[in-house]
This record gives sequence, C-alpha cells and structure tokens, in this order.
Amino acid sequence: MTKSELIAQLAAENPHLRQPDIELIVATIFEEITAALARGDRVELRGFGAFSAKQRDPRTGRNPRTGAAVPVAGKAVPYFKPGKELRERVNGGEPQAPLRARAAE
Amino acid sequence: MNTLTRANLAEAIYTQVGLSRNESAALLETVLERIAATLEAGEAVKISAFGTFLVRQKGQRVGRNPKTGVEVPILPRKVLSFRPSQVLKARINGQPLPRGGQE
Repeated sequence: MTKSELIAQLAAENPHLRQPDIELIVATIFEEITAALARGDRVELRGFGAFSAKQRDPRTGRNPRTGAAVPVAGKAVPYFKPGKELRERVNGGEPQAPLRARAAE
Repeated sequence: MNTLTRANLAEAIYTQVGLSRNESAALLETVLERIAATLEAGEAVKISAFGTFLVRQKGQRVGRNPKTGVEVPILPRKVLSFRPSQVLKARINGQPLPRGGQE
C-alpha cells in the first residue's frame, strides 16, 4: 500500500470529507513525526510503535577502492520500534506453531 | 527530549485541517489502523518522503537464554521493519533534500 492508496481508502470510508482535506491529514501526520525527529524529540503511539532518532558516532571509514581512510561524520538515523500490539498482529496474533511439529518433519 | 503522543498529532490535524478535535483524533486512529491492518495482511506500506514499513519473515534459529546458557529454539516468525526514506534521513540531519525527489 502506498500513501496515495491510503488516501484513496480513507476518502472512500469518509465521504463527508474532501479529498484535499484527507491528503492534508495524512501529510500532517507524517510531517509532525518528521519535524519531531528533526528537533530530537520522539513520537510514541501506544499499540502502534515509537519513532525516535538514534545518534551514530563519527567514525573512520575506508574508501573500498583505494583503502584510504576517510572520516565519516556522526549522524542521526531514524528508528521505528513497533509496539507490542502491532508486533503481535504482524506475527499472526499469537505464537506460531510449536517447534516440535516442524522438527518432526 | 520531548515525547509526542497521539494527542499532539491529533492537535496538529485539528489546527491544520480545521476538523473538530474529536474527528481529528478519530481520523488519526483510522490512519494508524489502516496501516496496521495492511501490515497484518503481510503487505508493505510505502509512504513517500517518509519511509516503508515492511514485514519480514524470519526463519527458525537457535537462541540461548543469556542467564542460564540453555539453548532455546527461536521459532520462525514475522517481524516488522521500517526503512526510512532518504528524505526523512536528510531532514533529521538538517541536510538539504536529496535530488530526484520522493525516495
């Protein structure tokens, strides 16, 4: 599913809203999360997951072709930790078939 | 470091779009639920200029209880991963957006 498909679904479910408003709603959600991470804040959506930015230290990299050492600056990397409820839903809602059943095969 | 929650996102929708606070909160929930349901069905969710949520199938492997050292099988499972887009990475580092657009 892409962002435009998400918007189309929301539009179908909410006929009382105008398409541009739905586009703005979706854009606002992701813009708010992005802006929060850019400020160094985190976003926690219980049951869904939490967005944060992890700091990576500066390090010395290497040019793989020449072998020359190259300084690599530190940077922030976006990170998403799925919430418990979403994690379980993605994994089929409950622990999977017992191992023994598979080992016996 | 502050932590934003649903309330902050709903408030942003309220100010940006001009819906009622209640409806703003309900729509935020609907968006999250649509994404969750799609992932639950095993389908990836791709949000341009933000990132991709995808479901990965992990095979079985042998783990170990770190306290007792006892080997424990880790069952095959599905896990969710998030790949941030180049745009998101650049924004977070205060860099100019990558050329060529969305991804």
